[in-house]
Amino acid sequence: MSVTEMFSYLQGFLSADQDVREDIRKVVQTLEQTAREILTVLQSVHQPSGFKEIPGKCAKARELFCTVRTQIAQLKTKFPVEQYYRFHEHWRFVLQRLAFLSAFVVYLESESLVTRGEVAQILGIEVVQDRGFHLDLEDYLAGVLIMASELSRLAVNSVTAGDYSRPIRISNFINELDSGFRLLNLKNDPLRKRYDGLKYDVKKIEEVVYDLSIRGLAKEAESVSDK
Amino acid sequence: MKKRGGEECQQKSANVGQDLEARANPASAVLSVFKVFQQELDIKHDKYERLVKISRDVTIESKRTIFLLHRVTSVPDAEALLSEADTKLEAVRQKIGQIAEELRGEDIYQFHRAFTPGIQEFVEAASFLHYIRHRSLISLEEINARLVFVGSKELDNKDSAGSPEALTFQVTPSDYLLGVADLTGELMRLCISSVGNGDIDTPFQLSQFLRQIHDGFSYIGNTGPYEVSKKLHTLRQSLGKVEDACYTLRVRGSEIPKHMLADVFSSRSALVDPDEGSA
Repeated sequence: MSVTEMFSYLQGFLSADQDVREDIRKVVQTLEQTAREILTVLQSVHQPSGFKEIPGKCAKARELFCTVRTQIAQLKTKFPVEQYYRFHEHWRFVLQRLAFLSAFVVYLESESLVTRGEVAQILGIEVVQDRGFHLDLEDYLAGVLIMASELSRLAVNSVTAGDYSRPIRISNFINELDSGFRLLNLKNDPLRKRYDGLKYDVKKIEEVVYDLSIRGLAKEAESVSDK
Repeated sequence: MKKRGGEECQQKSANVGQDLEARANPASAVLSVFKVFQQELDIKHDKYERLVKISRDVTIESKRTIFLLHRVTSVPDAEALLSEADTKLEAVRQKIGQIAEELRGEDIYQFHRAFTPGIQEFVEAASFLHYIRHRSLISLEEINARLVFVGSKELDNKDSAGSPEALTFQVTPSDYLLGVADLTGELMRLCISSVGNGDIDTPFQLSQFLRQIHDGFSYIGNTGPYEVSKKLHTLRQSLGKVEDACYTLRVRGSEIPKHMLADVFSSRSALVDPDEGSA
């Protein structure tokens, strides 16, 4: 094979690669749009009036996740399934956002930590790598960490809205999450950076709980929730 | 050895787990889930580290092969030297076999960053050897064809039947491209040193070959990965040096007797040397 032939073969390969990336980018853009819409819907829970409408907001968000599923199904058709990690960077960010959004919805509904399987189910993807387009563990964890900072905000706003018991529940939840993350041996990567932010969320929520307890508001809330 | 590393890791994590469990709710579902995550991440990170290590070995050995090949101009018995380079590259090949072993059943792009420097260096060494032998560019397929390994020495229970299953390692086109870009730097050095040894033909062959490669890279332009455009700059410099050398040979060659030309160039290559570090 002559040098020229070799290079024109490589050039063909490279431009095919670029076309695939272009296609992926287009679909990812629509996914980002939907993710923003879901975020807008969920953001309203921070409003004083929003606290009563949590189930309604969640239902609406779940509806929007249907769009996400069709868009992801579209994304899947854009590249060979075994080359997931070759193009991973293109959808990594949006997948983390979507993992966060599904985790947030599940938390608002049931106050529990979303499992990886649940996220995968909400997004219409797989958990295990071998079975196709899947949710990378690190992306799932990143999504959970984004939710933690969202929850610390929610704790503050729920006090403003007069819901004194919620911050305590959030505090327990976040503490559990924190000890979970402490089990992991993270490398010096983006996930680790994000995890380093978790302690500030924990601190913030502890402050809220402290403020409530020295004013006797926490006890009041506890006795209400015990009954 | 691999196995022992894994056990240690698990033991350590179990201790940490117990500490935390004592503090938090022991029956917590969250903690047990995270313990699974811990294992999954550790396995992945361990594999990554092993690959980085093998890749480093591949880089070092390939570099040594290239140094060995540079001696080809000053040694009377080139064939012996080339076969020594062959054995060295065979050792590198075995290392790449280990990489392939690690990547069995994995998405190669997931760990690509761990071993790409080693592979590029290997492409550089293999193509350099190929050029010295055949005066042509080794193709991507030829390289890939060499990286087929038969079975594994380790008793993996995955292939329990014991049938020697072929294991291939595929060099990606961009790794190949970057390796070839590095090759041009080596060819430039070969050109200068062969002139120093009074070899008049090699520089002209090399300049022609380098020009072809340069044209190829210009054809690809910025469609390629980001690193290619950086290397294109160095490639231009190398090509410039080789073309200058040929120019001087042509001009001075007509007026100086051949046996004196070597002296002209040995002083000249000393002048060129300082920039080589950047190439």
